[in-house]
Amino acid sequence: MPEVAHAADRRDAAWWIDRAVQILVLAGGLSAIVFIAGIFVFITREGAGFVFDRFDFREFFGSPRWTPTSSHNPTYGALALIAGTASVTGLAMLVSVPFSLGAAIYIGEFATGRVRETLKVLVELLAAIPSVVWGFIGLSIMNPLIIQVFDVPVGLNVLNAGIILGLMAAPIMTTIAEDALKAVPDTYREAAEAMGATRWQVTFKVVLPAARNGLVAATLLGVGRGFGETMAVLMASGHSINLPTSPFDSVRALTATIAAELGETAAGSDHYAALFTLGIFLFLVTFAINFAADVFVRGGQRKHRRRGRRPAASANP
Amino acid sequence: MFEATARNHRNRKVEGLFRLLFLWMTCMLILPVALILAVLIVRGGPAISWEFLFTQPMNNMTAGGILPALVGTVWLVVVALIASVPVGVAAALYLSEYAPDNRLTRAINLAIINLAGVPSIVHALFGLGAFVIFFRFGTSILAASLTLAVMTLPVVIVATRESLQTVPLAFREACWNMGATRWQTIRKIVLPNSISGILTGVILEVSRTSGETAPIMFTGAAFFLPFLPQGVLDQTMAMSLHLFVISTQVPDVPEHMPFGVALVLISMVLAMNGISIAFRVYLRGRKKW
Repeated sequence: MPEVAHAADRRDAAWWIDRAVQILVLAGGLSAIVFIAGIFVFITREGAGFVFDRFDFREFFGSPRWTPTSSHNPTYGALALIAGTASVTGLAMLVSVPFSLGAAIYIGEFATGRVRETLKVLVELLAAIPSVVWGFIGLSIMNPLIIQVFDVPVGLNVLNAGIILGLMAAPIMTTIAEDALKAVPDTYREAAEAMGATRWQVTFKVVLPAARNGLVAATLLGVGRGFGETMAVLMASGHSINLPTSPFDSVRALTATIAAELGETAAGSDHYAALFTLGIFLFLVTFAINFAADVFVRGGQRKHRRRGRRPAASANP
Repeated sequence: MFEATARNHRNRKVEGLFRLLFLWMTCMLILPVALILAVLIVRGGPAISWEFLFTQPMNNMTAGGILPALVGTVWLVVVALIASVPVGVAAALYLSEYAPDNRLTRAINLAIINLAGVPSIVHALFGLGAFVIFFRFGTSILAASLTLAVMTLPVVIVATRESLQTVPLAFREACWNMGATRWQTIRKIVLPNSISGILTGVILEVSRTSGETAPIMFTGAAFFLPFLPQGVLDQTMAMSLHLFVISTQVPDVPEHMPFGVALVLISMVLAMNGISIAFRVYLRGRKKW
């Protein structure tokens, strides 16, 4: 009966528009995947010449000699650059992990009402300060301060960049850690309080262990932020190739090397491709860090969903 | 009967100590920044005048103003917004209104997290390899803005998605039950109820975009240009790069100038963020449901 089929067919203009929009927004969603793949493809494309012809695993990861501009024997050892990035990020985390977690605990568990909202807004504003401004602060405020306080000849060093980076990474860590604390169901706290626990006992014995995954994720994201930070590290770390032995040594980071040298290289040269290879390395490491953080966040959420709420009758088979 | 024991007293004291410790830690994150802002204002404030903001740099950037950098930053931000807002809103609509909980959605979410987490200098390499070289835009505003757009896409997506999700499901269900299609529901119900939240995200993106330096260094921003850009294929100066250049690359810049540039840049960024936050608080207070 064709008439009935026709009447049931609701494919009018609105239906087609709906279809078109659905495809459009799907394209928007897919664009994120396209871009992240594009980043990998294009930096690999530019760096391929170095990776396949010149790359020497032992030199790259084992030699601290980064002398790409040497005319007779250029070497591409990234060890000192990796050490520079690691020392600065390590010091930054040492400074900012305890303080960020402490701040998250204060904002999430102790502060209430207006104080809490104000602190959250302030932390958000901290995250907004551009990295070049942080670098400038390291250069013009921290540098003379460190020279004066510690009586050292140069104030642009691991300590300077570490503190700057710590302050930069703190807001994101505080925010994510506070989210993790908030994700712990209130029933946990109520149960503990009903047993007579004080606020800090609740925090330490119940909330922190329950939020452990989220806190690990927060720390990982902070590490990722520090690892990838460019302008601030370029300006505050002293920018000299060094295997650091003390916080007062100047170092050079992977990111800063790319930023400082790319402008001076000829497109297609070994040096140019080597800088893109550093980029590939940075991309892979941050990808791994972000992926791990995501796994931890997801694990934490699943745990609370399982324990915090009563399972729905038959939500998802 | 309910007399406090020694143990209760001790617990109360420990609790007070912990509260103070955490408060101190919070302050240690915020106070240094307040101090730094104060120093910027004290030392950069005197540099700022109409002349500083609206004249060309002179004498190899050791005198004069910052007009080309200000105008350049506006160009970069506007072009980046034109490129990223439609894509970001579409992505957020997909994730919030259409996406089933499957592998693809998880992959998209992971991609967004990674776009936000990839180092800015890697975005710069991508911009150079893709927009400048492969698509032959040259070092131009277009290439730099597209790089910035890709980099700040997660800001728009996350803010928009959050804003869309504050619209109660019941609103949508009511609309669907009247026979409306998904798109009609989105256009008539979801978007009007979340447009202000989306705007907040856009303002946040403006703030992020105007402060970024590394992504534009090799894709379109120039150290010094004595003229204003005429179109998207020109190079341009930018505030963020200008601060880097006059504080590290140019000798004999009088001290107040980089402080002035830093103060202008940070004021722009914080003002944008402040507006965005104030807007959000206002909206939350006005919400009817």
